Amino acid sequence: MSTALEHPTYNYKVVRQFAIMTVVWGIVGMLLGVIIAAQLVWPQLNLDLPWTSFGRLRPLHTNAVIFAFGGSALFATSYYVVQRTCQTRLFSDKLAAFTFWGWQAVILAAVITLPLGYTEIKEYAELEWPIDILIAVVWVSYAIVFLMTIKQRRTSHIYVANWFYAAFILTVAVLHIVNSAAIPVTAMFSVSIYSGAIDAMTQWWYGHNAVGFFLTAGFLGMMYYFVPKQAERPVYSYRLSIVHFWALIMVYMWAGPHHLHYTALPDWAQSLGMIMSIILLAPSWGGMINGMMTLSGAWHKLRTDPTLRFLVVALSFYGMSTFEGPMMAVKTVNALSHYTDWTIGHVHAGALGWVAMITIGSMYHLIPRLFGRTEMFSVKLIAVHFWLATIGTVLYIAAMWVNGILQGLMWRAINPDGTLMYTFIEAVEASAPGYLVRLVGGVFWVTGMLIMAYNVFMTVKRSEAARQPIPQTA
Amino acid sequence: MDIGTVRGIITAILLVSFLGLVWWAYSKRRKPDFDEAANLPFADEDERQNRDTRASNEADSRQNKGDRNA
Repeated sequence: MSTALEHPTYNYKVVRQFAIMTVVWGIVGMLLGVIIAAQLVWPQLNLDLPWTSFGRLRPLHTNAVIFAFGGSALFATSYYVVQRTCQTRLFSDKLAAFTFWGWQAVILAAVITLPLGYTEIKEYAELEWPIDILIAVVWVSYAIVFLMTIKQRRTSHIYVANWFYAAFILTVAVLHIVNSAAIPVTAMFSVSIYSGAIDAMTQWWYGHNAVGFFLTAGFLGMMYYFVPKQAERPVYSYRLSIVHFWALIMVYMWAGPHHLHYTALPDWAQSLGMIMSIILLAPSWGGMINGMMTLSGAWHKLRTDPTLRFLVVALSFYGMSTFEGPMMAVKTVNALSHYTDWTIGHVHAGALGWVAMITIGSMYHLIPRLFGRTEMFSVKLIAVHFWLATIGTVLYIAAMWVNGILQGLMWRAINPDGTLMYTFIEAVEASAPGYLVRLVGGVFWVTGMLIMAYNVFMTVKRSEAARQPIPQTA
Repeated sequence: MDIGTVRGIITAILLVSFLGLVWWAYSKRRKPDFDEAANLPFADEDERQNRDTRASNEADSRQNKGDRNA
C-alpha cells in the first residue's frame, strides 16, 4: 500500500484491511448460501461426501456471512467511525493489527473445522473450544482498542454511533464467553457446562442477542454515522437516538425465549419472551424513524445517489423485519411459523435487507475515502448492484413466506378422524418451487457482490495509479 | 421479602429510570450539547468542501471542540 495514502492522524491501514475482507468474505459467505440453496433444489449437489453435505456447509454459510462478512464490516466501520468522531488515532496500532489477523485466523479455522464436522452443535456458536478461546482473546483486544480510543478522544462528546458500537462489543464478549463455557474432552471435542432446558435457554439468550447486538446494535452504529454522512446532514433527532439506545439495549436481553415456544422451557419464560419481543417493536421503530427522517429535505438525493439508496432501503427492511419479528414471537403465530421456511425468510429479510444493505452502503461511502478518493470507480455499477440486491432480497423473502405458510398449514392439517392429512415428504415436495425462487434470489445477490468486488478493485487500482495524497490538515 | 416483590421493585426502578432518561434527553438545557454532538460526523476537517449548507453552518458554529466541560 502506498505511503501517500496514509492519513496524518488516523490509522486507516487496519480499516482498509477489514474493508477489503468484508467484500471477500461477503462473496464467499453468499456463495456458500447459494450452494446450499441449490442443494435443497437438487440434493445430489451434496456430492455424497460428508464434507460437502448440507449439515456441514450450512453452519459454514452462517458463520461466514455473520462473523466473517458482518464481523469484518463492523471492525472496519467501528475503527473508522471511532477515529473520525473522536478525532484521535486508534489506541494501539499493534493491537488493532492483532485484531485483524486474529479475526482472519478465526474465520480460517471455521472454514477448515466446520466441513470436517467439528462442532459444539450450538447455532451461531458451532466453533469448538480452542477456536472459542481465540475468539475471546481477539474480542477482548477489540474492546480494549475501541474503548481506549474513546477514552483518549479529543472531543467532549461520545457520538451516539460509538455508544452502539461499544454496547455491541461489550455484550458480544459477555454472550460469547458465557454461552461457550464448556468442558474440553479432547483437542476438538467439548461438552457444554449447561444441561437440559438451561442449556437451551442459555443458547437462545446468546442466539437472540447475537441478533440484537451483533446484527443490530453494531449495524445501528454504522447507520448513525453513514446515513448522516451520505445524506450530508446531522441525524434527525439526537435526543431520540439516546432514548433509542437505552430502550433497545434494556429490552433486547429478554427476548430470547421466543425461540423456545412450546418446548420444555417453563411457560412463564415463554410468555415473558413473547411480551418483551412485542415491546421491542418500539425502540426498533424509533431507530428506524430516526434514520429515515434524517433524509427529510434531502429525499431528492435518492434519485442520483445509489449509495444513499442502499442505506435507506436497508432501513426500510429493518423496519419491516422488526415488525415481522415481534409478530412471529406471538405464540399463536409462532405455532404456525416455527420450524418452517418463514423463519429463514425472516432471518434473511434482516440479514440481506438490513445488515448486508447497510454494510454495502457504508462500504461504498468508506472505501473511496480510505483510498484517497471521494467516489467509487463507477456510480452506475453501484446502481446496478442496488437493483440486484433489492430484487434478490424480495425474491428470497417472498419465496420463503409462501413456503413457510404452506409448510405450517400442511403440517397442522388433520383429517376428521384426527390423523395427519399430509406426510412430511409431501410438504417438502410442495416447497420445491419456492426453493428454486430462493436460489434465483441468492444468485442475484452473489452477482451483485461480484460487481461490487470489480468496482472496489478498480477504485483501489485507480487510486494507486494516481497516488494523490490526502490533503494535510492538522 | 419474596422474589415476586423483588422483581416488582426492579421493574419499577427500571421504568422510573427510563422515564427519567427520557425527561433528561428531552429537557431544553441539553439542546445545545446535543446539537454539538449531532454534528460530530462533520467536525473533522477532511471533507469540508463536500457538505451542504445546513450541515456546514451548524458544524462551523462549533468553535471549541474539547474544552466545553473543562
